[in-house]
Amino acid sequence: MDKNFAARRRRDLIIAAGLAGLAALAPLFVKDVYVQNILILTLMYAALSQSWNILSGYCGQISLGHALYFGIGAYTTELLFTKFGVLPWFGMLGGGVIAALIAMGLGYPFFRLRGHYFVIATIVIAEIGLLLFQNWEWAGAAMGITIPIRGDSWLKFQFLRTKLPYFYFALALCCLAWFVTWWLEDSKWGFWWRAVKDNPEAAESLGVVVFNSKMGAAAVSAFLVAIGGAFYAQFLAYIDPESVMGFQFSLLMALPAVLGGIGTLWGPVLGAAILIPMTELTRSYIGGSGRGVDLIVYGTLIVLISLALPQGLVSLFSRAKTKGATR
Amino acid sequence: MGLLYGLIAVGLALIFGLMDVTNFAHGEFLMLAMYLSFFLFAFFAIDPLLSAPLVAAALFVFGAVIYLLIVRFAMRAKANAGMVQIFTTFGLAIVMRGLAQFFFTPDYRSIPQSWLGGKTISVAGIFLPEPQLVGALVSILAFVGLYFFIHRTDFGRAIEATREDPGAVALVGIDKNRVFAFGWGLGAALVGLAGAIMAVFFYIYPDVGASFALIAYVTVALGGFGSVFGAFAGGIIVGLVEAVTALVLPPSLKSVGIYAVYLLVVFIRPRGLFGSM
Amino acid sequence: MSALLETRGVWQRFGGLIANSDVSISVGRGEIVGLIGPNGAGKSTLFNLIAGVLPPTQGSIRFDGEDVTHMPAAERCQRGIGRTFQVVKSFETMTVIDNVIVGALVRNTVMREARRKAHEVLEFTGLAARADVLASDLVPAEKRRLEVARALATEPKLLLLDEVLTGLTPTEAQTGVALVRKVRDAGITVLMVEHVMEIVMPLVDRAIVLDLGKVLVEGKPADVVRDPKVIKAYLGDRHAVGA
Repeated sequence: MDKNFAARRRRDLIIAAGLAGLAALAPLFVKDVYVQNILILTLMYAALSQSWNILSGYCGQISLGHALYFGIGAYTTELLFTKFGVLPWFGMLGGGVIAALIAMGLGYPFFRLRGHYFVIATIVIAEIGLLLFQNWEWAGAAMGITIPIRGDSWLKFQFLRTKLPYFYFALALCCLAWFVTWWLEDSKWGFWWRAVKDNPEAAESLGVVVFNSKMGAAAVSAFLVAIGGAFYAQFLAYIDPESVMGFQFSLLMALPAVLGGIGTLWGPVLGAAILIPMTELTRSYIGGSGRGVDLIVYGTLIVLISLALPQGLVSLFSRAKTKGATR
Repeated sequence: MGLLYGLIAVGLALIFGLMDVTNFAHGEFLMLAMYLSFFLFAFFAIDPLLSAPLVAAALFVFGAVIYLLIVRFAMRAKANAGMVQIFTTFGLAIVMRGLAQFFFTPDYRSIPQSWLGGKTISVAGIFLPEPQLVGALVSILAFVGLYFFIHRTDFGRAIEATREDPGAVALVGIDKNRVFAFGWGLGAALVGLAGAIMAVFFYIYPDVGASFALIAYVTVALGGFGSVFGAFAGGIIVGLVEAVTALVLPPSLKSVGIYAVYLLVVFIRPRGLFGSM
Repeated sequence: MSALLETRGVWQRFGGLIANSDVSISVGRGEIVGLIGPNGAGKSTLFNLIAGVLPPTQGSIRFDGEDVTHMPAAERCQRGIGRTFQVVKSFETMTVIDNVIVGALVRNTVMREARRKAHEVLEFTGLAARADVLASDLVPAEKRRLEVARALATEPKLLLLDEVLTGLTPTEAQTGVALVRKVRDAGITVLMVEHVMEIVMPLVDRAIVLDLGKVLVEGKPADVVRDPKVIKAYLGDRHAVGA
């Protein structure tokens, strides 16, 4: 039994390494900038969704306000860079730490709430953040911040002529988020989180400090999402409140995990790999008419997938596996 | 304004409270109602005030059909029922927005001339815009009607009972699906009513629902899930808070007050003001 | 040697309702103590006070020489109080072994050791064959046993069992009784709440009968069942007179 378990974990790790290796080679074959763009976004959303999954999937605290941390990551990095000349790399870390601290600060009142009350509170706090940034003159208010481009530089993490560095960073971030999840899954925290999700009262009786568990999950989750936000800001070279803190980001972080399989190791990656290209392709190929056909197709697919596979696409694989086992 | 929020929220609360289902397409129901009202005016020159019952009836059918076609299955999901509901209704919202763009184009529309539009009335020296006043009156009437419906008729009691114990209700031979479909219809009809009135003084465009949806959720949660009265009271509070915030803060920040009040209320009472769940 | 668990003058009020009034009980090391009484006697309330779900309105609770009256449940578990729930609360989306690992993590921070401990406990409770099954797929009797296994994995000094034998078939109940004995033989003190007297009386060393929130009688099971006050509480006045 234990051997099975260890073998499964090793297998996950090997598959992940293999996929990452393949992905790293992708730019050799994909020269089209548009497609590269989609790949970058897919990797980024996979990473974000993986991070969201830590708090909402494993620990069961459904947040639809993670756009807040995304925006904080983006704004911390760019404000530090444009106002104080701090290199984005440090800004990125700073943004992550600030986001984690804010997540924990919010945790005090928020984690007393349950169910819909919690979800709505997360939406509301992100909206408040959005409105505040829209009115914060020093941070550019609704006009946002344009990042001065001084040519390609790893130091300043900005590139005009090629998107490849962004691609590799997004890949690294995705690997990091995946690895953190993988590592936490078989740790005290991972077990505590799942116990808290399933039954907080029973968890408490088994020595799990429920509140601390939620705080831990929130901090890790917010930190990683903020790094993603910082990356996105550098990638766009321009930010404004709506484009880094809008509600759509909260949804786009949650959707891949939900469609792929919430609270699972592979769900977010799988979900992002399908959802993000689908979003982008419907937008550019059938959305051009401006008549909303892309929305109709996109929405219909979401309805169908969530109705047909309530446990996410991952369940297709595990079902196939159990069938194979009985044979 | 608060009373209209109340009306939107009561519709949502009915769906929420009755079945513990999150309807993320509620704003889009509102959008649909506004368009219906608009087209009835544009093509048949029926004033929104007259067409409101028609719109409500249409939304009733729409809500019930949506329940039977989609939501019923979402509720049956064995795993992750909550997430499945959130995302099926969210998908539905996107589809509805897409359809609205497709058929109605993304243009902003408004009803230029109606019996009520733009007129004001003077009550004891205070000038009040007439449409809002009528909206408030209709909301109160609808709420009183709903109250009597739930507490005084058999079907209303059936809804209440189904909410409390679906299993027991099945034993006495009430068809859960029929009750729920009816509940969805009723919830949608209330939104329809609100939409018809709001069509008079708001621009109508495919994304209009989104701007009201979050307020509606906040309103319901503020009052407490499962409490229809709470939603109505929540609506009034939200309206008041919005008015007060508008005096203190710049208009772009007016929603902050509402959100802050919501957070404050649930921190003190984690189940909303009148919540029982 | 002092008692392992002691409650002194514990009161619990819910609004106007008094669930426990002036309850003082003690449980010695190595005992199996039965906490019994008719419905609404306040057994579950007292049980929850000991487990730390809520603090008592008045009075104090001492465990292993320490005042735990206001200690949260998780901390009490770390001190050595393990419990089961009357209404089974498994971690439904986790496998049986994972359920038990959660408990084992209290005393083993290294995953490999927690896992080994969990396997040991599953072996002990006879659930080893079901280790990789999802908790939601267990039959009710197995879920009860999983509750016990999970609590045992925390290596408690005192195990609180809340109606673990109620609602089982006679065979299942016999297996349960054997398990409780085995637990005591492993050096763990047991305090068990049961509604049905027939099952617990042969098992316990001492019985405490609660009625209307108060301790009615306390003593050897054989004496307790014959006590007229107990018969009256359980069966009502008429039977007491008739007997």
